[in-house]
Amino acid sequence: MAEFSTEPISEDTLLLRFGSSLAPAINAQVHAVARAIRKANLPGVLDVAPAYATLLLRVDPLAWLDDGSGHPLERIAAAIATAIPGTGPGHEQATPASRNDSAHFVEIPVCYGGENGPDLDAVAKHTGLSCDDVIARHAAAEYHVAMLGFAPGFPYLLGLDPALQAPRRADPRTRVPAGSVAIGGAQTGIYPRELPGGWHLIGRTPRVLFDPAREPPALLAPGNRVRFRAIDADEFARLTKLRA
Amino acid sequence: MTVEVIKPGLLTTLQDAGRPGLAHLGIGRAGAFDAPALRIANALCGNPRDTCALEITLLGPTLRFHRDAWIAITGAPLPLRIAGADRPTWSPVFVATGATVELGAMRSGYRSYLAVGGGFAVGPVLGSRSQDINAALGPMDGRPLRAGDLLPFAESRNAAHGVTAAPKWQIDPRPWFAPDVDAPLRLLSASHVDALTTLSHKLLFSDAFKVLPESNRVGIRLAGPVLESTTPIEMVSEGCIPGLLQLPPSGQPVAFGPECPVSGGYPRIGQIAAVDVPRLAQRRPGDALRFTPCTFDDALRALRKRERALTRLETGITARLSA
Repeated sequence: MAEFSTEPISEDTLLLRFGSSLAPAINAQVHAVARAIRKANLPGVLDVAPAYATLLLRVDPLAWLDDGSGHPLERIAAAIATAIPGTGPGHEQATPASRNDSAHFVEIPVCYGGENGPDLDAVAKHTGLSCDDVIARHAAAEYHVAMLGFAPGFPYLLGLDPALQAPRRADPRTRVPAGSVAIGGAQTGIYPRELPGGWHLIGRTPRVLFDPAREPPALLAPGNRVRFRAIDADEFARLTKLRA
Repeated sequence: MTVEVIKPGLLTTLQDAGRPGLAHLGIGRAGAFDAPALRIANALCGNPRDTCALEITLLGPTLRFHRDAWIAITGAPLPLRIAGADRPTWSPVFVATGATVELGAMRSGYRSYLAVGGGFAVGPVLGSRSQDINAALGPMDGRPLRAGDLLPFAESRNAAHGVTAAPKWQIDPRPWFAPDVDAPLRLLSASHVDALTTLSHKLLFSDAFKVLPESNRVGIRLAGPVLESTTPIEMVSEGCIPGLLQLPPSGQPVAFGPECPVSGGYPRIGQIAAVDVPRLAQRRPGDALRFTPCTFDDALRALRKRERALTRLETGITARLSA
C-alpha cells in the first residue's frame, strides 16, 4: 500500500514519513494510511494529522503507560503495521488517481479580481498571462486538500497550474479578509477568517470555511477534491446574503 | 452561580485539557500549559482532573464570587487574599458569597491555575472550554478574560453541604513547581539536529538561552548563541506539537507552546520531552533556559514516574477531602 518510516517525536507522538516533497502521489499515500489508521480505531490514538509527506500521530501516553508491557510508541507502531496489511518496504504504491476519484468533492464559488482579489493583476503580470487567463486556469484545475493548518480550517491545496505559480508577496498583509482565495508559490489556499498573510489574493469565496458551531467545523477535510467556480459580484453578494 | 472578573490580571484564560483529535482540521490542542498543575488544582477542589480552571500569567486577577465556593490555586505560588485575609495556595480554600479574591504577582514561575469546586461552566467549543487566543477559538472566541466578565460555575458537593472550614493540610509545591531556572530541560533529538554545525550543536547544550518578552502560549522565543546549519535546510511543512524546538532563519530557536500551529516548515533542532513541557510553562521572560540531551527511553521513564506520582497525589487528595 505505502512505504513509510516511523520516527518517534516525543513520548506521546509518532511521525510516519512517506517522503520529503510536495508530490501529490506521496500525499495520496499519507491520506490512504491516515484513513486506515482511523478505521482501525486504535486505543489511545488522539490525533491522526496528515501533512504533505508525513502523518503525525499523537497518542495518549496514559492509555499505554501503565500496564508495563513495553514502549507505548513501539506498540502503536506495531498496531499500525497490523492494522494496515501490506505496509512497509517492497509493497506496491498507492495509486493516487483512483484514491482521488473516490474522495469527497467540494465546489468553491469564487469572485475573482477587483476588491475581492486585489493581487490578480500582480499575478497576471508575474505570470505573463491576462487576468482572464489566470481566472480560467485557476478555475479549470482540480485540486486536492493536502493538509489543513496555519489556522483552523485553512486548506493547503495541491494541483495549481504551474503557469500560475507566483512567489509570496514581499510585504505580507496584516489583515487578509475571510474567504480570500490566494496563491503562494506552487500552492493555493483559502483564508478561513481574517488573518495576516503573504500570499497573493486573487479572489474571495462567500462559503464559510470554518465555523466551530457547525459539524464538521471545517468545510474541507484532508484528501478532499476541490474545484473553483468563477462567480460575478452579484452572485457573490447573493450567496453572502444567503449564509447570513 | 458566577464569578465576576473585577481586574483580569496580566493574561488570564479559561483552560482545561484542550481539544485533542482535531489537528487534521488545523485545530491545535490548546489547554493548560502546565497540565499537572491543572490536575492538582482540580483534585484539591474535588473535580475530575480535566475540569476547566483559570490559567493566570505573572500577575493574578481580582475576582468577586457571587456564591459560596471552594477554590484552589496551584502552579507558581502567588499572594492570595480572600476578603482581605491572606490565604494559602496549594490548598483548598473557602470563598464566601460576595467575597473578593485578590491574586498578586508571582515571585517566581509564570503560570498559576485557579480551580473552583464544580468547575467553570462556560459553554464548550468543539469539546473544550480552553480559550485558544491565537486561533480565536473557544469561549468568548478565545479572547482572554476582561473586567466585567461573568463566569458561571457549577455547584460543588462541599459548598452544597455548607462545609466552610479549611483543611489543616497543604500540598508541598515541590516537585510539581520547580522554580530553579538553571536546571536544564530534557531535549530529545529531532529531524534536523544533525544539520547543525558542530559548534552550534555544542552551544545548544552548553550555553544558556534567555526567554524573550515576546514569548506567549504559541511559542517561547529564545535569545542566545546564533545557531547555524551546515547547509540550508529545505523542507515541506510537517506536523508540530508543543515542546518542538524550531530554528527560524534568525538562528534563534523558538520552543512551541500549547497554542502552536499544527504544522510548520522551519528546521527542527530538538523536542523538549513532554514530561518537561510543564517546566517550560513556568519560565518567564528574562529567565534562563538550558537544555540537556535525553533519550526517548529516559523521557518515557520520567513521564511514567511522574504520572504514577501524580495519580498517587490525586488519590491521596481525594481520600483526605472525603475523610
